[in-house]
Amino acid sequence: MKISTKHLFQCLLAIACILASVQRSSAQMDNDGIMIPKNYLCPGVMYGNSQWTNYWEGTYKRSNGNIGSLTSNMYSLMVTYGVTNNLIATVSLPYITTHSTAGTLHNQRGFQDVALNLKWKGLKFASGGSSFALFASVTASTPSSNYQADYLPLALGSHSTDFSGRAVFDYTFHKFFFTGSGAYMTRSNITIDRNSYYTNQLIYSNQVELPNMSDYNFRTGFRSKYFIAEGVADISTSLGGFDIRKNDMPFPSNRMNMTSLGANFRYRLKSFYNLEFTAGDDYVVAGRNVGQSNMIHGGLSYIFNLKGKESQVNYYKN
Amino acid sequence: MKRYLRNTTLITLAIASLCCSSCKKDIIDRTQQYPALAPKALDMNADTWKPVLISDPGAFTVNAPDATNSPAYIADLNEIKGLQRSITDDQRAVVKYWSAGAVLRWNEIMRNLVAKHNLAPYQNVDGSYPAPSSSNPFAYPTFPFANPPYAARAYAYVSAAEYDALIAAYHFKKMYNRSAPYVNDPTIQALIPKSALPSYPSEDAVVEGAAVEMMKLLFPADVAYIEQQAQNERLYRMVAGANVRGELDAGESLGKQVADVFTARARTDKAGTAGGNQAYWTQLQTKTAARGEMYWISLETPKRPPMLPLFNKVKPFLFDTATVVALRPGPPYSTNSPEFKAQVAEVLNYSQHPTRANEELTAFWADGTATYTPAGHWNAIAADEFVKQNYSEVRWARNFALLNMAEMDAAIVCWDTKYAYFNPRPSQANDQIKTLTGVPNFPSYSSGHSNFSGAAATVLNYLLPDRGSKFTDMAQQAALSRLVSGIHTRQDIEVGLQTGNAVGQYAVQRAESDGAGITGN
Repeated sequence: MKISTKHLFQCLLAIACILASVQRSSAQMDNDGIMIPKNYLCPGVMYGNSQWTNYWEGTYKRSNGNIGSLTSNMYSLMVTYGVTNNLIATVSLPYITTHSTAGTLHNQRGFQDVALNLKWKGLKFASGGSSFALFASVTASTPSSNYQADYLPLALGSHSTDFSGRAVFDYTFHKFFFTGSGAYMTRSNITIDRNSYYTNQLIYSNQVELPNMSDYNFRTGFRSKYFIAEGVADISTSLGGFDIRKNDMPFPSNRMNMTSLGANFRYRLKSFYNLEFTAGDDYVVAGRNVGQSNMIHGGLSYIFNLKGKESQVNYYKN
Repeated sequence: MKRYLRNTTLITLAIASLCCSSCKKDIIDRTQQYPALAPKALDMNADTWKPVLISDPGAFTVNAPDATNSPAYIADLNEIKGLQRSITDDQRAVVKYWSAGAVLRWNEIMRNLVAKHNLAPYQNVDGSYPAPSSSNPFAYPTFPFANPPYAARAYAYVSAAEYDALIAAYHFKKMYNRSAPYVNDPTIQALIPKSALPSYPSEDAVVEGAAVEMMKLLFPADVAYIEQQAQNERLYRMVAGANVRGELDAGESLGKQVADVFTARARTDKAGTAGGNQAYWTQLQTKTAARGEMYWISLETPKRPPMLPLFNKVKPFLFDTATVVALRPGPPYSTNSPEFKAQVAEVLNYSQHPTRANEELTAFWADGTATYTPAGHWNAIAADEFVKQNYSEVRWARNFALLNMAEMDAAIVCWDTKYAYFNPRPSQANDQIKTLTGVPNFPSYSSGHSNFSGAAATVLNYLLPDRGSKFTDMAQQAALSRLVSGIHTRQDIEVGLQTGNAVGQYAVQRAESDGAGITGN
């Protein structure tokens, strides 16, 4: 494949001028109904800022004077490629920093998990003003660095190797759409730095079994060639795990559940059509053994055809 | 549509294979892998070993056993035969678990309870903190808060009570000299290694009786769990063909009688008042300020009272309270001195340059919230080693008693030092110091981890001389973990190791003259 100098320049320009971007909201996501055409490449940069002061200790909601407010910043690089018109591949790698405003615990920073997502459009019907599409999406992720998982709430992640499969259906009626999806994620055992730990009993091992997870995601709103405005609901559930006991520290195999509501915007200029801006916010409305975080995110991506020829196709079609 | 179905099938298969490739492996708990105990030596002279508290084993009551031709004993044998004819997988699992040894398993049960209860109470609405109450153990905060000194004391009492109970058991075993059920009736199978040790009273039940009775006092909210373990152990002895019911009853009764001596001591050893009160906490500050020193303040929000400031008054096992003061190291560098500032600067440097290796070292030795504490960690280390030695139950008990009396007394001497000087944590002296694990809520000098580790390594070096520098190296790693994590200064850990070693020597002196020797007989 050949990338023209002009495209490289535009791409670098796009990335260089980024001020803000995303964690979950990316140019292409495993839970939306959007594809890019064959031979197109879409690199992007995302930024996300998540903060919480209250958290759920089991089901008991509290704050903690020894944490204060916990902030995570995420800087993510991602690239999506159109393998065929019905199959796209996305690779992403986030760099994360965490810190708390109170207490003495040291902050953390580092590269988290590298992920590969394949999204395949298996079926599409269109009739009149409506269309309906079904997607299958699989994601594999694995730690890209030796970060410490057993250091919650400041850990960068769970340090597990995860596989998830997601089914997505997407329905549009003129410019309105509804997307729903469900995923199941298996998570590998992890190795921690100590050789015993307490869950609901002492376990003498440095291996920890993490609960698998399910996730349901619903998005609805307005979708045109240049603009998406959507409301997002996400329900993420641990299929096992144990509760944080009163005044205990959190642990990677806690039962972590989270329901969040959010809004998301994506926008393209007519005059600089390759460039996409995204911005959004997600707020956790209910949870268990997690922080009640608010996450703002924004991103910039640049799409172009590796074959050099491109027209202003509608990238926001399913 | 046909193509769609085909593609869907392919994708489904792909997802299934991905999921399968990440299939989880069961977690292997190393304590579940321990083999059945097959003692190398019976230690038949254990009735002459030096006990901790009891004086005359013969002063306890163990009725003569039923004659082996009596209807009562034959009924007891029939009970075993009935159990063995209908043995279930669950019962086999109970046999496999308990056959590793009674002293070992009760030590683990206690570590489990310490970890369960090692949670600092959550604050009241007004920012004060509630204290657990032994008279109402189920009310929040549940009793006890098994912090490091509490845990060290609990391990010591239970271990020492088991040891004295086994000494008494040996007295009666030799007196009554009854053989095991599988000897008296060849149709009874031995599901564990056979032993020539007389089986009345049962050594396993003696340990169980002593442990249960002690733990009722130490972990009163967990009596139901403790009793369930005791029932399992008694079942194990019968299913395995190792003891009849009468031997278990006699053993359990003897264990409880010996434990009564220990519970009486525990009720009056001043641990119950070690928490102090507001007047005493304020006095610690004013006295330290009067010396011109920066005094310790809690780094928690809201500020928590210091942990067990009067634990120095608790009655030690290995020496008297005058020795506690004599073992107290000299003062730390003045908080106004350039030496102290240099010590804090070294900690700041570690804090500003955290490495993954230092995080790992810190996490391995942290033994903080919801763990078995540093003393429990050394029990776990010792257990992994003792398993390889095939000790008799009485030697297991004696060695754990030596280790844990040293740990408890190290806690007493360390806490005496901490509150004599009331020295601030490095992260109090310089709030730029961030830590790789939680900061404990008590004064800095000298390091508790270092005291516990120095004492434990000294005892284990004596008990297991062929391990070379293994335990000394581990103790140094444990101590170092507190420096690189920003919890302690170098003087805290160096002095702590020295003091811990000195306390450990008292246990070694005891071991040298207790009649047991290093190897079995």
